[in-house]
Amino acid sequence: MSDIADRVKKIVVEHLGVEEDKVTENASFIDDLGADSLDTVELVMAFEEEFGIEIPDDAAETIQTFGDAVKFIQNAA
Amino acid sequence: MRRVVVTGLGMVTPLACGVEETWTRLIAGQSGVGPITRFDCSRVVTTYAAEIPFGDGTNGTFNPDDWMDPKERRKVDDFILYGMAAATQAVKDSGWVPGTDAERERTGVMIGSGIGGLSAIADTAILLQEKGPRRVSPFFIPSALINLVSGQVSIRFGFKGPNHAVVTACSTGAHAIGDAARLIQFGDADVMVAGGAESPISEIGIAGFNACKALSTKRGNDPQAASRPWDTDRDGFVMGEGAGVVVLEELEHARARGAKIYAEVLGYGLSGDAYHITAPSEDGEGGYRSMAAALKRAGLAASDIDYVNAHGTSTMADTIELGAVERLLGEAAGSVTMSSTKSSIGHLLGAAGAVEAIFCILALRDQVAPPTLNLDTPPEGVRIDLAPKAARQREIAVALSNSFGFGGTNATLVMGRGDL
Repeated sequence: MSDIADRVKKIVVEHLGVEEDKVTENASFIDDLGADSLDTVELVMAFEEEFGIEIPDDAAETIQTFGDAVKFIQNAA
Repeated sequence: MRRVVVTGLGMVTPLACGVEETWTRLIAGQSGVGPITRFDCSRVVTTYAAEIPFGDGTNGTFNPDDWMDPKERRKVDDFILYGMAAATQAVKDSGWVPGTDAERERTGVMIGSGIGGLSAIADTAILLQEKGPRRVSPFFIPSALINLVSGQVSIRFGFKGPNHAVVTACSTGAHAIGDAARLIQFGDADVMVAGGAESPISEIGIAGFNACKALSTKRGNDPQAASRPWDTDRDGFVMGEGAGVVVLEELEHARARGAKIYAEVLGYGLSGDAYHITAPSEDGEGGYRSMAAALKRAGLAASDIDYVNAHGTSTMADTIELGAVERLLGEAAGSVTMSSTKSSIGHLLGAAGAVEAIFCILALRDQVAPPTLNLDTPPEGVRIDLAPKAARQREIAVALSNSFGFGGTNATLVMGRGDL
């Protein structure tokens, strides 16, 4: 797994309080990992902070799964 | 009018987490005051406060993990954490578990705070300045809002009745219990979870009350002697933190389910000073009217009172309250015991009235008045027993609790034994 994926996973585990092995490629933050809409806003902010990038609101809405997040950040960073 | 009784108790105080743990230490004359550890206090004048003893949850320590999971805790200011802990204890103690939607809709929550998420607001203001608005957490607002204790408690337990929060500075806890009792009396609910929570021990909190000249400043070398209500050498209040929550219940509802009944809320009085933003009027007439209104509602005479838990903050206002109580009691003053438990736990601001109401309830249960610590030199000519330094075993059938707040707001609760 890439360095970016590791760092994203760490943030997801910390913020959502889930087991690491639950955070799979297709795991949806809301449907599978117990996040609500406020949690997803905070997750996106944490990604921005960790990777020094800006994720506009319309792009943030497309980030639904762990895989979405990793892909977006790989392209942006 | 429907009668209202107390069927559950919960608290987190500077003496301990838990009702019995706190009460045992209070009666033993222990103090919860010490040097400030919660933040670097090198820039503020007052360097001591009454902090909750954090720990692993044993021996009366407060372990946050016991009350909210870490993921949820990141989304709340400490006053909500304390309120959740006290409410969870109280609900469990009451044994009330609504089994139907109808029962859930008849169970409400009214837990207030004087200031609410002061630290969350201060920290977020700094973050805003340093990193800009895009870094403000989506949980900032719901972590700081005062009514979010009531909100969080209702979500945890599924209580769908009235959901409300009192904000009357240092009389919040007493107003919350009194107003919640009224909701039951009026028929809006059968059960109310009511009280107050506060977490003001932060640099901005201490600096703010220092600026008001309200805090004790001169006991840095002996913090446990700093809170000394009525003593001639007092120099201000000691900041405390914590929460107190009770379960109030309509009498027949409690009897029907065989609930343990601690006490009855007999009377509740309110008044305003219309005088000054931080000082009580010098003749104490606001406090007097609040007490008189509570007695009238209870249908009792001043001579029926056995124990008074005073507002008694260890400020200049102590003697104003004392004068008002003596005026109320008249000839009966000589047979009453009045103490200020703030001498032990400091001033819990919005939580004070609720914690002190619980102390009155336990005084009724155990027939003992808690002590006023550090009272070396009482005011000259005082006719009331102020329980200096040691608890008093005595008959207590009726207890009165006063709470007064900035803005000139006053609340009084009158409570009687649940077995009478």
